[in-house]
Amino acid sequence: MALNRRAFAALAALALACAPALPLGAQDKSIVVASTTSTEQSGLFGHILPMFTRKTGIAVKVVALGTGQALDVGRRGDADVVFVHDRPAEEKFVAEGYGVDRRDVMYNDFVLVGPKSDPAKAAGKDITAGLKAIAAAKAPFVSRADKSGTHAAELRYFKQAGVDPVAEGKGTWYRETGSGMGPALNTASSMNAYILADRGTWLSFRNRGELRIVVEGDKRMFNPYGVILVNPAKHAHVKQAEARAFMDWLVSAEGQAAIASYKIGGEQLFFPEAKG
Amino acid sequence: MRHRPRSLCKILPIGQPLRPPPATVNTLSLAFGEAWAMIARADPKLLEIVALSLRVSLSAVVVATLLALPFGAALAVARFRGRDALVVVLNALLGLPAVVVGLAVYLLLSRAGPLGALGILFTPAAMVIAQAVLIFPLIAALARQSVADAWREYAEQLHSLGAGPLASAFALLHDLRFSLVTIVLAAFGRAIAEVGAVMIVGGNIDGFTRVMTTAIALETSKGDLPLALGLGLVLLAIVLALNVGAHLMKERAQRHHG
Repeated sequence: MALNRRAFAALAALALACAPALPLGAQDKSIVVASTTSTEQSGLFGHILPMFTRKTGIAVKVVALGTGQALDVGRRGDADVVFVHDRPAEEKFVAEGYGVDRRDVMYNDFVLVGPKSDPAKAAGKDITAGLKAIAAAKAPFVSRADKSGTHAAELRYFKQAGVDPVAEGKGTWYRETGSGMGPALNTASSMNAYILADRGTWLSFRNRGELRIVVEGDKRMFNPYGVILVNPAKHAHVKQAEARAFMDWLVSAEGQAAIASYKIGGEQLFFPEAKG
Repeated sequence: MRHRPRSLCKILPIGQPLRPPPATVNTLSLAFGEAWAMIARADPKLLEIVALSLRVSLSAVVVATLLALPFGAALAVARFRGRDALVVVLNALLGLPAVVVGLAVYLLLSRAGPLGALGILFTPAAMVIAQAVLIFPLIAALARQSVADAWREYAEQLHSLGAGPLASAFALLHDLRFSLVTIVLAAFGRAIAEVGAVMIVGGNIDGFTRVMTTAIALETSKGDLPLALGLGLVLLAIVLALNVGAHLMKERAQRHHG
């Protein structure tokens, strides 16, 4: 029975090793924040969250999704706080009673990225002119198409440019990938296509290939981020005190300074916006 | 054949001057470099991710094995109406996409779902459940097949010894234990290699639910392909080491009592 004994010992050892994985989620002070890929993948959270945790002892668990999905996670009560960037969708979320106490936190901006050779002649400081040129040239354009904040902004700009990309270019030059910012950038890089990206993700993105920024600095490309508490009246388990501590810290002088101090290659990614 | 495949020459660079090697070659060698560097300096972040991967997937394998082996064996020896249908369904579930399992478990464990009160969404426990659900059909279906084959051979013998169906099932499982190891290893391989389910139910939270596969997905989205592939190589090395270990243990045990 040597095998049995050994197998039993191995199983017992395994069970011990596994034990820490099993306690049912009862963590002392922590909150779950549903946020966007742009804040997580740009490295902002890695920079500011340790400061908050050091100060308050509250661990922040970030689930990074597209804005639409992050709001849905909040709606279902699976997060304590949502931290996203799509003002119309955020206001709807609050109006429907899923969230309360929305606050402006910071902003960054979108950039239109495209091939260095700029075949559509889209370069400039005007996002609608750039998108019109791309549509006219039928140059490949990669869309997130995932109901993210960036996707919503892209559709807004196309509308302002008087272009209906889905009707005019679906299946030809307008390519809907249904993926996050990073994967969509990878796709654009390999197709040498145009794409709308948030500056943070673009700056920290490594696989750029032949891509560069073609349009930036248009005031309309301002991209504000808001933080919302998931309504405790709808979801009683929301850790209100800890969540409010996090929101208060984000808009405090200290939190705002932390956000402003995050830089990649000397370039500031996010700009404080909180009032008071 | 009206059309000659002329375009083939365009696809394959036949007769064209050699171009500089494509970037992928560079990425591959960079990936090996990254993998080696991470292992060599025993990167604490890497160790944490590896430890969580092992903990989650081994837990899932233990849970799924304890449930699926008796289930598969029972299905092999029991006779009841609808058994064949159940077997077909079980076999079909082998093709279950991980992302569908993830979504189903997500909806179950979500606060708005039936098991929401547990509050275990976005925790390692949720990942264990998702992986266990994912590999249960694999273990059960393959174990059922092994036991059914053995049952055909030994049914009479077991009957003559007066063993009931339940006792027979367990006797056969014990007899087949060496080949069952392979099944369990395959299940472990599927569990630790999948990304779709753990991404959805775990949320890929840094330092809490980030495992090898979700870390690879994250680095890929950041465009850091060498680091992503490097992590992939580390994952491969771990799975290989575990398989070698299991193989050696099996060999030794088999030699001791055939």
